[in-house]
Amino acid sequence: MPNLIKNSCASLLIGLFIASSAYTQTSQNFQQVEIKVLPVQGSVYMLVGAGGNVTAQIGEEGVLIVDTQYAELSHKLHAEIKKLSDRPIQFVINTHAHKDHTGGNANFAKFGQSIFGGNVTGVVDGAQMGSQAKILAHENVLLRIAEENPPILFSGWPTDTFFRDKKELFFNGEGVQILHQPAAHTDGDSIVFFRRSDVISTGDVFSSNLYPVIDSALGGSIQGIIEALSHIIDLAVPALMQEGGTMIIPGHGRLCDEADVVEYRDMVIIIRDRIEDMIKKRMTLEEVIAARPTLGYDDQYGAQNGFWTTERFVEAVYGDLGGT
Amino acid sequence: MLGQKLLKNLLFMLIATPVGNINAEIDLTGEWAPRYHEDLPERIPGPSIGEFHGIPINEAARIRGESWDPSILSVPEHQCKPHPADYATRGPSHMRIWKTLDRASQQVTAIRLHISWSASERTIWMDGRRHPPDYGAHSWHGFSTGIWEGDQLTVTTTHLKQGWLRRNGLPRSEKAILREHFIRHGNYLTHISIIEDDAFLTEPFIRSQNWVLEPFQQIGPYLCEIAVEVDRPQGTVPHYLFGQNPFLNEYATRHGIPIEAAMGGAETMYPDFIE
Repeated sequence: MPNLIKNSCASLLIGLFIASSAYTQTSQNFQQVEIKVLPVQGSVYMLVGAGGNVTAQIGEEGVLIVDTQYAELSHKLHAEIKKLSDRPIQFVINTHAHKDHTGGNANFAKFGQSIFGGNVTGVVDGAQMGSQAKILAHENVLLRIAEENPPILFSGWPTDTFFRDKKELFFNGEGVQILHQPAAHTDGDSIVFFRRSDVISTGDVFSSNLYPVIDSALGGSIQGIIEALSHIIDLAVPALMQEGGTMIIPGHGRLCDEADVVEYRDMVIIIRDRIEDMIKKRMTLEEVIAARPTLGYDDQYGAQNGFWTTERFVEAVYGDLGGT
Repeated sequence: MLGQKLLKNLLFMLIATPVGNINAEIDLTGEWAPRYHEDLPERIPGPSIGEFHGIPINEAARIRGESWDPSILSVPEHQCKPHPADYATRGPSHMRIWKTLDRASQQVTAIRLHISWSASERTIWMDGRRHPPDYGAHSWHGFSTGIWEGDQLTVTTTHLKQGWLRRNGLPRSEKAILREHFIRHGNYLTHISIIEDDAFLTEPFIRSQNWVLEPFQQIGPYLCEIAVEVDRPQGTVPHYLFGQNPFLNEYATRHGIPIEAAMGGAETMYPDFIE
């Protein structure tokens, strides 16, 4: 029982750590961050700065972005997006609630403009409807953002949510699917599939340079991560010799394709199996950590320092699989 | 005046000379047939499980090799993976080399390779361009740039996808740097590859391969179609848990090699290890 309490507390601490300002890397000098823009394919670009990768879809109708990094970087990001298009930002999609992906929401809502119709007019939170971009996300993202303490600006909250498995829109000449991935990195994850450009923006269910962050306090789980990765692999179609085709923009790290997600999925399953086997042998968390179940993968995905160390990952998987 | 005119004429003749090669560059283009006399058992039949000797692997690479289950190759997403740049020259490697020239300047902008196994194609950029940023995509053949060092082509490749040192599960990381030398001796071509990989190697891993010029060679098409041949639940990844690979010592036992030698490491590359 003491171990159970310890693990539960550890999970809660990890969740709080991720969701809190500590996760926003307050020590980072945002002034020195340079925003880099990488054309992916079709209408889609990847923007790299600090925090999660930003995806931008550019076209005649305007701009759609996936995630907004930190508030401190909004003006730099916006300046780069304006170089790609002078059309208004109409949509912001959040892949999950963490601040390194939603911190710039309020700013980008303000930078943008969307088209409202029907009987939706008037003023909300001091802003004229239509004078800001819509923010789309799974309902759980809104719920988590609403729980933030200290509270984040209301104008940065999602304005359009969905509670079933997907939301779809047609923008800039292509279908855009926002697909909920239950209980993965958090309970509000979505991946965004640009069907004509053939690009998937994954949020933090996939990062090319980090073990999966399982925020159990926000409803994340190792099985949910595996299912989300399998979903990405199902959607992606590689071109000749398992390369290219559908391109994948990860939550963190470099531009990828299906083969990279396959390597990552394999790694997650192998480490999950190793830890599960150790739990069956009634090994304690300390014994599991000492047995190094991530051996063979640490150079690519592990970390000794920072917010998500290899040890925290092992601890999260151990707790999630019922280790006591 | 006469001297100036003579100098002008000489300069014009120098510039207008239709052929010439001040860098001793050699023409590598043509059809090349592989010779497998070097490392034949490993290259063609393939290595055994647990056959790691002579490779400067570290502990992380060894555990990946020990965990490797050949059944992974029947998982649909793994079936059509080609050999990456550093391994493509090891397997069935009938090779075509050609070059791309800038029409106006007649300068070589790229040297290109086609290798028979999985129809691998590589581009070696010769125009001095920079390698992509670290956030750019990686590919099976990476991003290659070449320079002439005398009459040998030296190539540096980055941005490789995660690959393999051997076809028995020994991995090569995506952070690895591949350096190659293409050396032509008449109708023979020697290729030397050097892999530096801090993730899985403790020393550079050096290999060499040879080809013979074969003007009549016709490389056939290579098609790969994914087929589900084993009905497994989604998310099944064949592998062995720590210490549970029953085939790991089979190779060493069959050949009478000490287990610690078969398990590889830099020390197993050197003759004094035998003593």
